Amino acid sequence: MQKEPIIQFKDFTFQYFAQSEPTLYNIDLNIYPGEKILIVGPSGSGKSTLGHCLNGLIPFAYKGKIHGSLKVKNIETKDANIFKLSKNIGTVLQDADGQFVGLNVGEDIAFSLENDMVELSIMKEKVMKMASIVDMENFLNSSCHELSGGQKQRVSLAGVMVDDVDILLFDEPLANLDPATGKVAIELIDDIHKKTNKTIIIIEHRIEDVLHCDVDRIIVIDEGRILMDASSSEVLASNILSEHGIREPLYVSACKYANININANMHPENIDKFDLQNNEYKLRKWYNNAKRKQKENNNESILKVEHLNFSYDGVNKVLDDINFEIYEHEMVAIVGKNGAGKSTLSKIIVGFENPDSGNLILKDHDIKNMSIKQRGEVIGYVLQNPNQMICKTMIYDEVALGLRNMGISEEEIKQRVTKTLKICGLSPFIDWPISALSYGQKKRVTIASILVLEPKIIILDEPTAGQDYYHYSEIMEFLKSLNEQGQTIILITHDMHLMLEYTKRAIVLANGKKIADNLASEVLINDEWIKEANLNKTSLYTLAKKADIDDALGFINTFIQQEKELRTYEN
Amino acid sequence: MKKSLFSTKTIVATGLGGALFMVLFMFVKVPSPIPETNLQIAYGISAFFGLLFGPIAGGLIAFIGHALSDFLSYGSPWWSWVVASGVAGAIGGMAYLKSKTDIEQGEFDFKSFIIWNVIANAVAWVIVAPVLDIVIYAEPVNLVFTQGIVAFIMDAIVVIVVGGALAFAYAKTKTKEGSLSKK
Amino acid sequence: MKTKLFSYSQLDTFIHRLSGLTKLICFLLLTSSVMLTFDIRIIFGIMILSIILFRIAKVEFKKVKLMFIYVFIFLITNFFLTFLFEPLYGVEIYGTCHELFRISNRYIVTLEQLFYQFTKFSKYLSVIPLGLIFFFTTNPSEFASSLNNVGVSYRACSAVSLTLRYFPDVQRDYHTISLAQQARGVEMSNKEKVLKRLKNMSNILIPLIFSTLDRVELITNAMDLRGYGKHSKRTWYSYRKLNKNDYLSITICALILLFTLYMRFFVTKSLFYNPFI
Repeated sequence: MQKEPIIQFKDFTFQYFAQSEPTLYNIDLNIYPGEKILIVGPSGSGKSTLGHCLNGLIPFAYKGKIHGSLKVKNIETKDANIFKLSKNIGTVLQDADGQFVGLNVGEDIAFSLENDMVELSIMKEKVMKMASIVDMENFLNSSCHELSGGQKQRVSLAGVMVDDVDILLFDEPLANLDPATGKVAIELIDDIHKKTNKTIIIIEHRIEDVLHCDVDRIIVIDEGRILMDASSSEVLASNILSEHGIREPLYVSACKYANININANMHPENIDKFDLQNNEYKLRKWYNNAKRKQKENNNESILKVEHLNFSYDGVNKVLDDINFEIYEHEMVAIVGKNGAGKSTLSKIIVGFENPDSGNLILKDHDIKNMSIKQRGEVIGYVLQNPNQMICKTMIYDEVALGLRNMGISEEEIKQRVTKTLKICGLSPFIDWPISALSYGQKKRVTIASILVLEPKIIILDEPTAGQDYYHYSEIMEFLKSLNEQGQTIILITHDMHLMLEYTKRAIVLANGKKIADNLASEVLINDEWIKEANLNKTSLYTLAKKADIDDALGFINTFIQQEKELRTYEN
Repeated sequence: MKKSLFSTKTIVATGLGGALFMVLFMFVKVPSPIPETNLQIAYGISAFFGLLFGPIAGGLIAFIGHALSDFLSYGSPWWSWVVASGVAGAIGGMAYLKSKTDIEQGEFDFKSFIIWNVIANAVAWVIVAPVLDIVIYAEPVNLVFTQGIVAFIMDAIVVIVVGGALAFAYAKTKTKEGSLSKK
Repeated sequence: MKTKLFSYSQLDTFIHRLSGLTKLICFLLLTSSVMLTFDIRIIFGIMILSIILFRIAKVEFKKVKLMFIYVFIFLITNFFLTFLFEPLYGVEIYGTCHELFRISNRYIVTLEQLFYQFTKFSKYLSVIPLGLIFFFTTNPSEFASSLNNVGVSYRACSAVSLTLRYFPDVQRDYHTISLAQQARGVEMSNKEKVLKRLKNMSNILIPLIFSTLDRVELITNAMDLRGYGKHSKRTWYSYRKLNKNDYLSITICALILLFTLYMRFFVTKSLFYNPFI
């Protein structure tokens, strides 16, 4: 590839005005026309800042000091304005809801043309063409609220491609999508790459999912510097990802546990191409040594849901005869695609909605007729976005709020808040304003504010949505430690890794019905349930088959066990 | 640093502020001590956004929010009061330009906020709304001025209490982290 | 939350086929006519016209029943308050006094007062069907482009469009946050004192507003990246070109306004039509 680079960083350093240290140091990077690049790095590594530099948000919206040079299509970005840059580079943001500014699909795709004062008839034609490329031509009059996450992302993509940009930048495209939709999104990006030969840059930390389709290069960034710039097979053959807190593909981790030396010729970038090169015996050996029996669950039932039915309009059943039990000290996942009824189910359990029929029995007491407030004292509910729960400026006051509303004496409040903050690892911050905390810490504060009421069960709605591996681990290890101290926890999620690693049991909902209530690992190898719940089959299954291990389920469970032990060891 | 009065950010803040205003205007009514009257929490929003984004944002939020809420609940806007809302929001937003301190730096000039919003609500409810009512609907003078004074008092209270509380909370999120130490 | 904000329904009637711009202009022309007059004959004329249009637009009464109830409550309250504050305002306006009966020395019921209050009542009421027609037959996405076409700055129009776009989101967030706070024991009923109620309210407002401010940042970036505000003008995807029927409708409504002004300044020569002289 001896072409002129389309993007050229030369000794590029950037420092935000508000910060004392640069976020990017001496970046040297060339990207050539038609390449497909994946940029990975843990949070705070500078990868999003790099993206902002490319699309012009730096220095347009975020001010700072720039040294060195960055040229996009031979235009020096610090001299160009954002409008000029946005003609060359189109950005698909992580939050498809935020990017959807039009009242309907057609209008949103046309947004950039409207700003360019394109004439109506030409605009209609272009919008139609773009909509059909992303397969949304039958939804031109639909509003944002009528679309699924995957469809919204397609609209975003059409909305930036309508400008006929040469470069497409995807900022964490998988963050808000369920696994099956994410897979389709990656295929769509690949398809566009092949058909149009545009330069594609993907910033994402879910590497295994992105590598479902090939990329030309992976660029690894941490602490503002480029650590590696190589083909995907070379990057995966090295240990650089795990050393910098980035999640490797599961099958790669499994091979490393089995002491298999991975080299680039084995094609570790894709499970289907992955060639174990006669190392299968090592996997079998590791499996036979490490496998052990799963503990049975002998705990008592704490919550019984019986024959639950619910509909918003009296016609369409959102929940149809749901039955299950939650056991004491358990951590359970409720999974299912958007609209399967999982959030409605959790809202009924916490009393935000009333069921049409059925029983909710908490330790022999029917709780159906309790008020929201009474229910809140026995079953806690933590919203996905901590910023939607926090209403005080100080951590102590936030955690104390519920107790104060119950009219408990300040003395007892102090005792309970202190204890809860200790459990949550927040004691050092007791006098801090919440605004000084990181996202993960804020999440902890909201969990603490519920935990302090000493509920029997807490329900968390998508606790790790949009978080990278580091924050994901931080939140989940915290929940695990709570669980180990006896707290019963229900998680609403579509994160497969979360189910696999942290919750033994998964309750699967599809179209308002419960279709499975099994071990998470069993769910993730069952084709029918996977399809119904928009999940993907775990790559560990494929790996087990490659190594001729018949008991794929046992293999997966062994892998999870090993991961858990390693983590405990590390802590 | 003061933002441009018509930057993209101001437009977006106006749009979302308008949506917040509508939701509160339509669904959140805190009954006041005077029977059959409600405290309109929404005016706290337009005052707060006005403080953060200026008079154009404050005025448009109240105007758009009030007009659209009227459309939704009565079928047609009550123009005299809609215009008065906009005037209240716009004059209240002068606090953005006239504050002695910058709220983005964590310092909230409560005094100028109170002064501008009292002026704003006085002009809107004691002058604009009654005069328009008289001109357009030939409402009796006594009636509209009495209504105007009641509205002035209640809205000024809401703006100062709710808008002030929001502004103080906002200013606190902008404090520098240097002063913090772990226990 | 299944409540759809706009019951805008895609029917194929004469009124639905008009451009949003036409409907906005006609709405403004007709409501201005009503505002500028106190002549019961013109008000009645427009009221009859608006009821006919209401039927043509096939707006289901079922959908708007609640609105009418609100309006009636408002108007009846206004009716009694007017009498309470100024029982002889009609006499003052029309200059004659046809006494019907006395309630007390201050409260005398006169024909003039009833006529004045009835006219005012009709004046308020006659614009309601117009507003409803506009609201139920205009595609919300056409609204912003129409405003821009009657001369409102496009930035303000974008703000209106964003309000319409994010209203359902904010409504849903408000609902969720309010329930989540109630589960933590925040009292939302009217049992508490006013100041306490305002304080409880702030427990919902702070998370609602601060998470909305986070969103402002995000949407701003999304719009900047797609070239918003690049030029001093912009075009609108949802704009519909005007056709013969559009021009016809606008002309008719403009004539009605002109007629109203003509009546006011050259025939009755006053805001009020006076049947008593």
